[in-house]
Amino acid sequence: MNKMKVKIKLILYITGHTSKSLRAIKTLRDLSEGELKDIIEIKIIDVLEHPQLAEDDKILATPTLVKTLPGPIRRIIGDLSETEKVLLGLDIRYIEHRKISKS
Amino acid sequence: MKSKPEELKILRKKSMLKLKTYIPGFDSISEGGLPRGRTTLLSGTAGCGKTVIACQFLAEGIEQGGDNVVFITFEEPPQDIRDNMLGLGWDIAKWEKEGRWAFVDASASPEENVIEAGDYDLGALMARIEFAINKIGAKRVALDSLGAIFSQLSQNNVVRRELFRITSALKKMKVTSLLTAERVDEYGSISRFGVEEFVTDNVIVVRNVLTDEKRRRTIEILKFRGTTHQKGEWPFTIVPGKGMYIIALSEMQLKHISSKVRISSGNDVLDKMTNGGYFRDSIILLSGATGTGKTLTATTFLAETCRRGERALMFAFEESNSQLTRNAAGWGIDFENYEKQGFLKIVCAYPETMGLEDHLHHMKMVIEEFKPSRIAVDSLTALERISTVRSYREFVIGLTSLIKENQMAGLFTATTPTLMGGSSVTEEHISTITDSIILLRYVEMFGEMKRGITVLKMRGSLHDKVIRQYTINHEGLQIGSAFRNVSGILSGNIKHFTPHETDRLQDMFKGDES
Repeated sequence: MNKMKVKIKLILYITGHTSKSLRAIKTLRDLSEGELKDIIEIKIIDVLEHPQLAEDDKILATPTLVKTLPGPIRRIIGDLSETEKVLLGLDIRYIEHRKISKS
Repeated sequence: MKSKPEELKILRKKSMLKLKTYIPGFDSISEGGLPRGRTTLLSGTAGCGKTVIACQFLAEGIEQGGDNVVFITFEEPPQDIRDNMLGLGWDIAKWEKEGRWAFVDASASPEENVIEAGDYDLGALMARIEFAINKIGAKRVALDSLGAIFSQLSQNNVVRRELFRITSALKKMKVTSLLTAERVDEYGSISRFGVEEFVTDNVIVVRNVLTDEKRRRTIEILKFRGTTHQKGEWPFTIVPGKGMYIIALSEMQLKHISSKVRISSGNDVLDKMTNGGYFRDSIILLSGATGTGKTLTATTFLAETCRRGERALMFAFEESNSQLTRNAAGWGIDFENYEKQGFLKIVCAYPETMGLEDHLHHMKMVIEEFKPSRIAVDSLTALERISTVRSYREFVIGLTSLIKENQMAGLFTATTPTLMGGSSVTEEHISTITDSIILLRYVEMFGEMKRGITVLKMRGSLHDKVIRQYTINHEGLQIGSAFRNVSGILSGNIKHFTPHETDRLQDMFKGDES
């Protein structure tokens, strides 16, 4: 259970409130509620408002989800509708499995 | 103030349509530059110089046009571009500090692993591009290269649609942009991934063709929508410290001013044969087999210039500087002294050291720096062997035009492949360009090799029509009297007439004349 306390830091880059952005936000919300509630930390950046941040982080596509912690840094692009891939990318697949099997 | 108002109007209209690139030769073949406020696709195979051209478009824009620029890179990381372009004389880091150059870094990071999960667009990239353009008020944008983004992302249709969105956004922002793209074959489809479909307004193709083991770079403007341009392929080269240099033959105009001033060839008899010497701004072709005294004639020609206190320049492709100096000393000409005084410059190079385009550029640089009044090229034929017939012809035309534009006299030597008679490719290509042709030929007479000289043509002047005998001694070329009783010297098929026979023929007509 010790592993659960590892913080997962995520940054989601979006461009305005497009349907893709909203879908990605919703998927993340779903993820962060439930078992991952305490360990997940999400920051949402709208590149239209902060283009310099996108430049610094070399963001090409939106939405892009960047996992900054724990390393290695990983990028997941797309509206996160393919949940399996998202979980795989975030290395939290095993947690999610338990969550899904419960429900 | 002389221009008529209509001409001014046309000029203004033209300048509104095109943005000067300041790339040497490009504004001439494109008739003014890139279409202003539009996107142009620059397509070419690997290694043809796309990135250099894209950077040059921006660098010249900063240096000469006073425009601020944005470079969007999909391929090389900015640091690589900064390093590479420093070798061409462009200090990008400095311009970045001054706020005149901005990078949008969209290059792939090799260590990063990107996962695609669902639909996406390139909204972030678009926002970054817009931000960079607005931040520094850029007028020129380069995007290098479109193909690379297709390899970064898997959904090609999405990428294609998004790139279309980006190009239309660039147009809306009224920036003039140059987009590069890879192509697979030199003479195949315009680009990989079909990117030309969304930037079809203007397409430029750069080629790097391998012919006869030589690389030849050319640029062609395929289309400029709604505006004119020169057609066909133009050779170009990338010069260290300068960048792209297009040999735009279209730039050359046949409107050189002609002068009636005569200059001495340095040989009194030859001057008489040409009715008082060559014209000051003419091209003279000296054709002869090996050992007929071509270099000697060129040496005399240059020495005469130095003696008059003018500057003379020699491009030697067959002999070294010391060899030429030694030979000149053998004919009583002190080249070493002239060189010390600054009247003479001898540039020696093996033809193989660079391509013809580079040779031409190099010669241009030397001519502009030294500002000679006479030039000798010894020999032009040596350059023939390093290139294709086509690029050789372009080179000769380029060189001739360069010499005439600068109002200089040029003496080219050409070696004939056969000892007796004959002509070479050089003569075929440039005989119509040259103003005067002098032939030096071997004449076999009764088991002895003699030499003959004749002025074959001389534009705008009377000249000696006979073939004269000459010898070479320690004082140079000694031209004597005309050959008698011989015919067929130029064809190499010599026929002798015995004096008895000619006398008899003359006797036959005596009766008619009286």
